[in-house]
Amino acid sequence: MSDVFLIGGGIHRFGRTEGRTGLQQGVVAARAALADAGVEWGDIQMAFGGSSAAGNADTMVAELGLTGLPFINVANGCATGGSALWAAAAAIRSGEADLALAVGFDKHPRGAFDPKPADWGLPDWYGELGLMLTTQFFALKIRRYMEQFGISQRTLGLVAEKAYANGALADHAWRREPIGLEAILEAPMVNDPLTKFMFCAPAEGAVALVLASARKARELGADAVALKAVAVKTRPPGSFEVFSPSLDPVRGPSPTVLASRAAFEAAGIGPEDIDVAQLQDTESGAEIMHMAENGFCADGEQEAWLAEGATRIGGRLPVNTDGGCLACGEPIGASGLRQVHENLAQLRGRAGARQVEGARTAYSHVYGAPGVSAVAILAR
Amino acid sequence: MEAIAPDLLAPGPALIGGRERATGRIVFPLPADRERYEAVDLPREGRIWSWTVQRFRPKSPPYAGPDDFEPFAIAYVELPGACIVEARLTGFDLDSLKVGLPCRLVVEDFGGRASFAFAPLEDQP
Repeated sequence: MSDVFLIGGGIHRFGRTEGRTGLQQGVVAARAALADAGVEWGDIQMAFGGSSAAGNADTMVAELGLTGLPFINVANGCATGGSALWAAAAAIRSGEADLALAVGFDKHPRGAFDPKPADWGLPDWYGELGLMLTTQFFALKIRRYMEQFGISQRTLGLVAEKAYANGALADHAWRREPIGLEAILEAPMVNDPLTKFMFCAPAEGAVALVLASARKARELGADAVALKAVAVKTRPPGSFEVFSPSLDPVRGPSPTVLASRAAFEAAGIGPEDIDVAQLQDTESGAEIMHMAENGFCADGEQEAWLAEGATRIGGRLPVNTDGGCLACGEPIGASGLRQVHENLAQLRGRAGARQVEGARTAYSHVYGAPGVSAVAILAR
Repeated sequence: MEAIAPDLLAPGPALIGGRERATGRIVFPLPADRERYEAVDLPREGRIWSWTVQRFRPKSPPYAGPDDFEPFAIAYVELPGACIVEARLTGFDLDSLKVGLPCRLVVEDFGGRASFAFAPLEDQP
């Protein structure tokens, strides 16, 4: 599948923007993507977009233009952006469209996410007892992983330190001040072993991408990057997912493992061929576990990788070069597309102070409840 | 005390899980589909498989705990031959929690309703 190209990207700054709704941020990102691609809204033949908390993406046509195009709303939790990308790519591959838009945006209220048990097929008591929290899941998952594979608390801190250092180099990031390792480790615990600085926070932001067929990209003379693969998978038996009152005694692979394998197979390359990676970092532990789940290292090797600085910009495999969710915040609908937008900038040589020298292939991975993962591989 | 939900706790006490008739797979809580799943009492003792401490008060709704918030521990507890259940912990020193600690099911008074938690498994005198 090398007949889909990314020809434009737009981003509305992440963080908190007073006086602008999530939907308005989405419109800003969409317009920026269109301008970057050198096309008009009227040229777009299909659109896919999503937001968890900031309204229906398809209402954007009121602002962008009533062209009658098919605009489909996408909802896959934190993986929404990845699913929207998958859908736009599928539309082009199938010949339904030569030009498509994928957009994601969100504007979350302050504080932790507060999902309702009934929405997830869970009994009321699960929420009443105080178990309905995503932060607990991440803490429980990383604790088990640390125990099994010898990951230290310090390594959790190093991931966060890298995130804030990279965020300082990203105009669109929310948290743009470096934070030292000691301050990260000594900050108040949210859910042991994760301190306040090791968690992303729900926030705001928007990203849009313009996708084109090979023919259209050539016709436009676009600064194009090939979308070599995009895979979306849901959970197989035995995976350890958020909001699980019980787990099977025997662990199965995660949806991330499935999506990663499918994407590498479709792209015809392996983890060793990737120059830069954006991996879901809802919290420090997630980035660590996802390094292995996506096939970049064996379980436990993260300890040495982080100690050596292997995942810093300039290291062997830079991970989360714009600071990821930790530095950018987590507007659910947008994050999956932010990762691809960052990879697009890297491969076009437009990442400024974050540029990974000579990057030719880029990988993005996003994961969301109740067990969805989307992986995209770009190449130049 | 009224239980926090029906079909959750059996006398003993024991948690009521569901055994998938076709495969023998055990899940908790007991699913509504009683053709596919039969009710089974889960083992009452197990070991901490993973743990964390809830350091901030969850939002209400849905949290129905006291306004006067005290941090509480949560764990996944491996119940041998059955499954790994998620539960609050009670009676543990929050600074001494470790993967592998043995524990036993207890009934907990949660705002006047009977709920479940796992407590330390002491050596029998």
